[in-house]
Amino acid sequence: MIVGSGAGGGTVAAEMAPLARDGRRVLVLEKGPRFRIEEFSGRELEMAGALYEDAGGFLTADGTMTLAFAHAYGGSTLVYTGTSLIVPERVIRDWGVPRLDHADVEARSRKYMAQNGVYYLPPERINDNNRLFVAGARAAGFHAEQFPLNLSGCFGASVCNLGCPNGAKMGTHRVQLPAAEAAGVEVVTRAEVLRLDAERNLYVRVTEKRPGEKGAASEWAPGEYRIRAGTVVLSAGAIGSPALLLRSGFGERLRRLGAGFTCHPAHILVAEHAAPITNDVGHPKSFFVDRAEQDGYVLETCMYFPFTTAKNLTGFGEPHAALMRAFPRLQMILVLACDKAADGNRVRVDRVGRPAVDYTFARHTIDSMVAATRASARIFFGAGALRVHAPSADPPLIEREDAARVDELIAAEHFLPGKVSVSAAHLMGGCAMGSDAGDSVTDSFGRVHDLPWLRIADASLFPDSLEINPYVTIMALSDRVAEGLRAEAALFPRAEAALA
Amino acid sequence: MNPAAASASAVLRPVRATFRAVAKTVVPDMAALDEAAWTRVEAIVERALADRPARMRRQLVVYMRLIDGLALARHGRRFRSLEADARQRLLERLQDSRVLLLRRGFWGLRTLVYMGWYAQPSTAEAIGYGAAKGGWAARPGLTPATPLPDVVPAHELVSRPEPGRPT
Repeated sequence: MIVGSGAGGGTVAAEMAPLARDGRRVLVLEKGPRFRIEEFSGRELEMAGALYEDAGGFLTADGTMTLAFAHAYGGSTLVYTGTSLIVPERVIRDWGVPRLDHADVEARSRKYMAQNGVYYLPPERINDNNRLFVAGARAAGFHAEQFPLNLSGCFGASVCNLGCPNGAKMGTHRVQLPAAEAAGVEVVTRAEVLRLDAERNLYVRVTEKRPGEKGAASEWAPGEYRIRAGTVVLSAGAIGSPALLLRSGFGERLRRLGAGFTCHPAHILVAEHAAPITNDVGHPKSFFVDRAEQDGYVLETCMYFPFTTAKNLTGFGEPHAALMRAFPRLQMILVLACDKAADGNRVRVDRVGRPAVDYTFARHTIDSMVAATRASARIFFGAGALRVHAPSADPPLIEREDAARVDELIAAEHFLPGKVSVSAAHLMGGCAMGSDAGDSVTDSFGRVHDLPWLRIADASLFPDSLEINPYVTIMALSDRVAEGLRAEAALFPRAEAALA
Repeated sequence: MNPAAASASAVLRPVRATFRAVAKTVVPDMAALDEAAWTRVEAIVERALADRPARMRRQLVVYMRLIDGLALARHGRRFRSLEADARQRLLERLQDSRVLLLRRGFWGLRTLVYMGWYAQPSTAEAIGYGAAKGGWAARPGLTPATPLPDVVPAHELVSRPEPGRPT
């Protein structure tokens, strides 16, 4: 039984295909619906409401950060930009997970980069928003690198985060899940697992498609189900997996459940140029500057939609409106802080079992965001921008004549949670890998300590921040989980490891 | 909007005048809206609110009443009757408040205003946002003007050109 169908669940589903071919029942339960490509309209509110939890407005418990995650056949792989990186060796080393080495993760990462068709966009398909980032980085003394992308047939619609209207992203919805289904793996959509018990029963609610709602109806009749599983793999994401276990009462025996949540808190930065640039056409995220090791941040190109952009700019009134009216002349950079797992930053459930995320910005996280904002301002001005919008400056607009003063104008004292917009889409931790139940929830193969029938295969496994875009690493770790399951199935062909 | 939430719509009704005054301060372009345009804005906001917890809807109403209360206490007039400068200053005080709850409340209110305005396709078009399904092919007049310097790719890959695409 696999709960979730994103980078983790989709990978495990495909790797379980041999078992399905051998007549075992492999079932994937996905909370979200199955979409047709034609349903991706590119319209901001319509797609956010269809794809994201709380229409993209899921807030941390104190309301100071928005967390974005999707529910759909393919999970969040529907809404990423396809950026495909291999985790640096130092990150795996620093995690210190016994029996997890970088060479293994890299080999498995390359397997999925090949499987999902990762390549580099040719220069003629790179828009000005990305080109100005490269030019500005060079002028400001930063080293820009090109993102490998898992695209096939990208027309440059520029709305990756709203679901590709051309089906160009090679997420699990395009690659692993169809392959798994062809081999006999069963995928049930609109199926939310409400809880599970120690007897391996899953209590599932299949919801009806409402009139006018996007997505196909579920493969099963709407209603409540109790399903007895042989092995359960949770791939419901860094919020969904720990929340499901916590509301199922596993928090007592798994003391680290929900702990160690990290998310790469991010700002969307904007700069205004004198003349229009190509920004809302072409792939939005083709280059990055990696300062994670030195300064604790990563800069990425980005291009968002009008409401998302408006929401993420600090302030209001005429300066804000004037910037929005300059949309065709806007360049954008996403800054991501490499936060660290910290006590108190965790996933929990409220009294009715809904997930809640406690998150406080640590001083080093704020310092990283400020350093990243200063670096971005230099890149914008290096690219010729007239003015830069920096959330942690007061006032947030910095004119070109003040370009030499960015270190003075952009400061931690102006990073005021609840005023500045912070969002995150790289949600990690909550069911961390480690040595034993004292320091973690699972071992390096996603086996939950003392519960051999229960596995985790998603970003909740990360013991700390990944410091890069996570989907390739999620697939690599999920591949290890699937390998462990296959090995056990071979040892115990009809008993404990049988997948019900 | 789910059926249970539908009955909770019209959250803005008791505070509509304050909401509109806040919206015109947050987005000055909205000062020119006619009644039909306001109806469109408020329908978007109501739809978003209907799917949120009842507690959040109540907090929003309380927050707008607080704005009115602050205006009365400081200026002796409701928020909607204040001059533009006074409205701006009052909202800035909330935005920069030392109290997280007040900052957060303003952030939420301002987000709803932005949603009601900038999420409308007509506004997106008016500000020059033109993303299209067809991408480059749908916008033949657009070509990158910035030279692209040589850059180092992040990883050596299995496949350099797009798999299955002619080089």
